[in-house]
Amino acid sequence: MATIIIPTPLRKFTENQSKVVTKGDTVQESIHSLTNVFPELKKHVLNDDGSIKQFVRIYLEDEDINVLDKEETKVESNSTISIIPAIAGGAI
Amino acid sequence: MTLTYKASQLIKEHASEAFPNECVGFLYGYEKEAREINVAIKVPNSKEGDQRRRFAISPLDYMKAEQYADKNGLDFLGIYHSHPLHPAIPSEHDRKQAVPFFSYIIAAVNENKEVTDITSWRLSEDSQFEEEIIETLIEQ
Repeated sequence: MATIIIPTPLRKFTENQSKVVTKGDTVQESIHSLTNVFPELKKHVLNDDGSIKQFVRIYLEDEDINVLDKEETKVESNSTISIIPAIAGGAI
Repeated sequence: MTLTYKASQLIKEHASEAFPNECVGFLYGYEKEAREINVAIKVPNSKEGDQRRRFAISPLDYMKAEQYADKNGLDFLGIYHSHPLHPAIPSEHDRKQAVPFFSYIIAAVNENKEVTDITSWRLSEDSQFEEEIIETLIEQ
């Protein structure tokens, strides 16, 4: 069980909910629990094989899961997971 | 979409002072029938290396931006950035990394560090940028 914070641009896929309590013992299970409830969100967060999309970062509290155990990072009932769109661009 | 004069001035000043690099910042306001943007906040350009043609925002700065909106009762409505020596038209690079819902305001800056144009763009359902008209609002 963890709470996932939904970034503003993706809230239209979660019925405008900014926080969703999910099931699962890992980050991956939590995110899959979220996308099972809100399937429209899936293509914005996950690739077809279930991995995290290139332009999305996942944080557990203030840590990038890439410096933890990635998708297999364990979560507790009071954990907070943030989905963060990688904001970038440029003139050319 | 309306953009307050104060917010547009901040964007222009930031675009000018960052020249020849790209600047970037957050946009807040209220999502009403017509979107109202009345707060612009500067963010460090976290792009490593050459920032004249690229910008990025660190994930932690993004998290703070969401928290700022939450604490202040505002809607987080978009991102602004500058195009030094380039028109205020989104590039393919801009489009590929863009997210739905957000307004992307772009300020074109000339060699005299003057902002010559400001435009705003939003992704359509099929992930193409569509320009949104900016109406400047003078606050009382």
